[in-house]
Amino acid sequence: MKLELGKIMIKDVQFGEETKVEKGTLYVNKEKIKEMVLEDKRLIKADVELARPGESVRIAPVKDVIEPRVKVEGNGQVFPGIINKVKTVGEGRTHALVGSNVVTCGKIVGFQEGLIDMSGPTAKYTPFSKTNNVCVVIEGREDLETHEYEEAGRLAGLKVAAYIGEAGKKVEPDEIVTYETKPLLEQVAEYPDLPKVGYVHMLQSQGLLHDTYYYGVDAKVMVPTFMYPTEMMDGAIVSGNCVAPCDKVTTFHHFNNPVIEDLYERHGKDINFIGVVLTNENVWLMDKERSSDMTAKLCRHLGLDGVIITEEGYGNPDTDLMMNCQKVAQEDIDVVLITDEFPGRDGKSQSVADTVPEADALVSCGNGNVIEYFPPMDKVIGTLDYIETMIGGYEGSLKEDGSIEAEIQIIIASTIANGYNTLAAKGY
Amino acid sequence: MSKIKVVHYINNFFANIGGEEKADVPPEIREGKIGPGLALESSLGEEYEIVATAICGDSYFGENIEEAKETLMGMIEKYDPDLFVAGPAFNAGRYGTACGTMAKEVEEKLNIPVITGMYSENPGVDLFKQDIHIIETSISAAGMRKAMKKIADLGDKMVKEEEILSPQEEGYFERGIRVNYFNDVRGSKRAVDMLIKKMKKEEYNTEYPMPVFDRVDPMPAIKDLSKIKVALVTSGGVVPQGNPDKIESSSATKYGIYDISNLESMKKDDFMTIHGGYDRAFVTENPNLVVPLDVMREYEEEGVIGELADYFVTTTGTGTSVGNAKGFGEEFSKKLVEDGVGAVLLTST
Amino acid sequence: MVKEIERAGIPVVHLATIIPISLTIGANRIVPAVSIPHPLGNPKLSYKESKELRKELVGRAFKALQTEVDGQTVFEN
Repeated sequence: MKLELGKIMIKDVQFGEETKVEKGTLYVNKEKIKEMVLEDKRLIKADVELARPGESVRIAPVKDVIEPRVKVEGNGQVFPGIINKVKTVGEGRTHALVGSNVVTCGKIVGFQEGLIDMSGPTAKYTPFSKTNNVCVVIEGREDLETHEYEEAGRLAGLKVAAYIGEAGKKVEPDEIVTYETKPLLEQVAEYPDLPKVGYVHMLQSQGLLHDTYYYGVDAKVMVPTFMYPTEMMDGAIVSGNCVAPCDKVTTFHHFNNPVIEDLYERHGKDINFIGVVLTNENVWLMDKERSSDMTAKLCRHLGLDGVIITEEGYGNPDTDLMMNCQKVAQEDIDVVLITDEFPGRDGKSQSVADTVPEADALVSCGNGNVIEYFPPMDKVIGTLDYIETMIGGYEGSLKEDGSIEAEIQIIIASTIANGYNTLAAKGY
Repeated sequence: MSKIKVVHYINNFFANIGGEEKADVPPEIREGKIGPGLALESSLGEEYEIVATAICGDSYFGENIEEAKETLMGMIEKYDPDLFVAGPAFNAGRYGTACGTMAKEVEEKLNIPVITGMYSENPGVDLFKQDIHIIETSISAAGMRKAMKKIADLGDKMVKEEEILSPQEEGYFERGIRVNYFNDVRGSKRAVDMLIKKMKKEEYNTEYPMPVFDRVDPMPAIKDLSKIKVALVTSGGVVPQGNPDKIESSSATKYGIYDISNLESMKKDDFMTIHGGYDRAFVTENPNLVVPLDVMREYEEEGVIGELADYFVTTTGTGTSVGNAKGFGEEFSKKLVEDGVGAVLLTST
Repeated sequence: MVKEIERAGIPVVHLATIIPISLTIGANRIVPAVSIPHPLGNPKLSYKESKELRKELVGRAFKALQTEVDGQTVFEN
């Protein structure tokens, strides 16, 4: 599969009569977006607000962040099986409005939604303080059951992102990057002397606010499978979860998976990047055993020499991570893990809930328990009503002046365990 | 300007009070510096003054820890120091333990910077490295001057509240404290680099060596459960409606103890779950799925257990540090013991 | 927490879904629970059956408490 990703660099976002891209500025039609969101009768109110880098703006509680993309050539549309017909994607040409995002927010579903500061000392923890954000603020019907509300919010974000993405269809990209992975035997034959490397991508799949979808299939009912990396760049995987905010692999991150990008970077030079093994993180021990067995079996089956494994979430998913690590390593495959750490506010406790001796090569994405001060912002998009019950918040977190004291795990994707950020922890 | 006051702790040997045969000398304190204090004071420079030197024989300390600790604390306190330096102990095991014990105690009681030094194989390193800064020294006192220089440099930074750099840069033993920083390279790229090195059998450094969890010996089996008071404890985040104690939904810093003496079952109108780590729909509907009160009452009725404790203990497990969980356990276990609880069922989600 | 209870001298049994974590942290008597969102019961069963399952699991925990163990032991049935 070969995909040309055309990157259209967005430097500003404005409201306009028409949704379009002009000289690096994205214009969005507010009324059209509101209308589109309210087509779903489960949602009774919608608003659109803009947030740009450096502004004194706090967005909360954030549900998902989605980069607008559009298929220009090749099969299918973005988010197949979710808001578009099921069709294998990952081939042809896709345009992305890089530097802009759709951010869904509004009344909380659980505890798991987080916040984004567009400026100030905590902005550095999230990649979304550096993007021009179209914030879709939603409100569900009073009687809406939480699973329904989550779904309505998720679909609204994807629809709006796909709609805005259309604006990039006829725009000449600033940069085109070509990614290609061939069918297994051809790929192996292409670089016979380079070590064969795979990526084991663990999808959060624990139920409400912890689900992820692959071509519309709920990841908790799938068994591990093998996919081309470029499929993800067209939205084959979408996030339906918030886990802990810091750990959330947003739909943006599925589009822009850093492990895939960095493996492609070395592809044909130091390694032969074979593809992605997709697996889940379920709540039954039997599922964890089965999925990790199958993951190891697939890695062996594909003849891999080395594997990078990433997880989403912490606590019991650490067990999935360790089981995958151990079983893959026992197939005589070199394993590197990426995870974040929760050693307590003082940093003195164990960082992970589970361990195996095979986990001897691990990259840290930082300690999520560290407490930070979030100064008041001039504007809040969404609401701060839930700060104290959100993960990372605690009694007394929200001060009268709108400032917040909380663990950095309250920030969206601050310690995301796929290595997207530069934040890390070391032993002192 | 008055100088920054330092109290130095050394053993009888370094205080020139004989060798091993005098290791049983009890605590004493003398004004000013003695022995290695000379090197310490000169390394610290003009701003500092060793106001007193506390001394104790290592055997005496080891055999009378509590008493020696208390006596020495009383002596040290009087000098109102700004910095406390112990040793360095090099490879002397009992001396290392004494230095570590005193440094930790002084930090806790006086809340001032403390520092000591030891050789890597000194047993005091493993005992105290997590609590205090221990400078890595050579095996013997031949390395005194070098060790004192590092101790003085780090001590000076601590007193002046300057940023303390990594263990490698400052020369202390890693304390196992995880501290955030921004790397120059993002995590995924570091992972790819690490994997390539690992596959080539080249040396690489994991960023987090797997931690060790301690163990406890199992209690003997209960002979006759029908005479035992049983308590329910959970990390499943079930709390009374409204979460009166505001226990966090993740990374908990608190636990709660709630009365169930008049209840036959956990009713959904009375209890809720605040656990942020799972789909709460099922437990919201039936909290007995986490706190099995309904069946415990039946077993109580049937006489299988003596009785059920009047309360259950609860917190949120997800993301809660072992340190916090240990603290909770120590605290509520005391209450359980006091209340005559003879067995615990701990449920986790 | 489980170790602190045992350290305080009270026999304790850990009813946990994710046995590997229970083993890692160091529980000695472990009874496997059903699933993370519903450790002691199964909402797919009828209310009565789910409760019977809960009673069975708690009964197994009692059995564990009355069994001598040398080290970490998982009571599968």
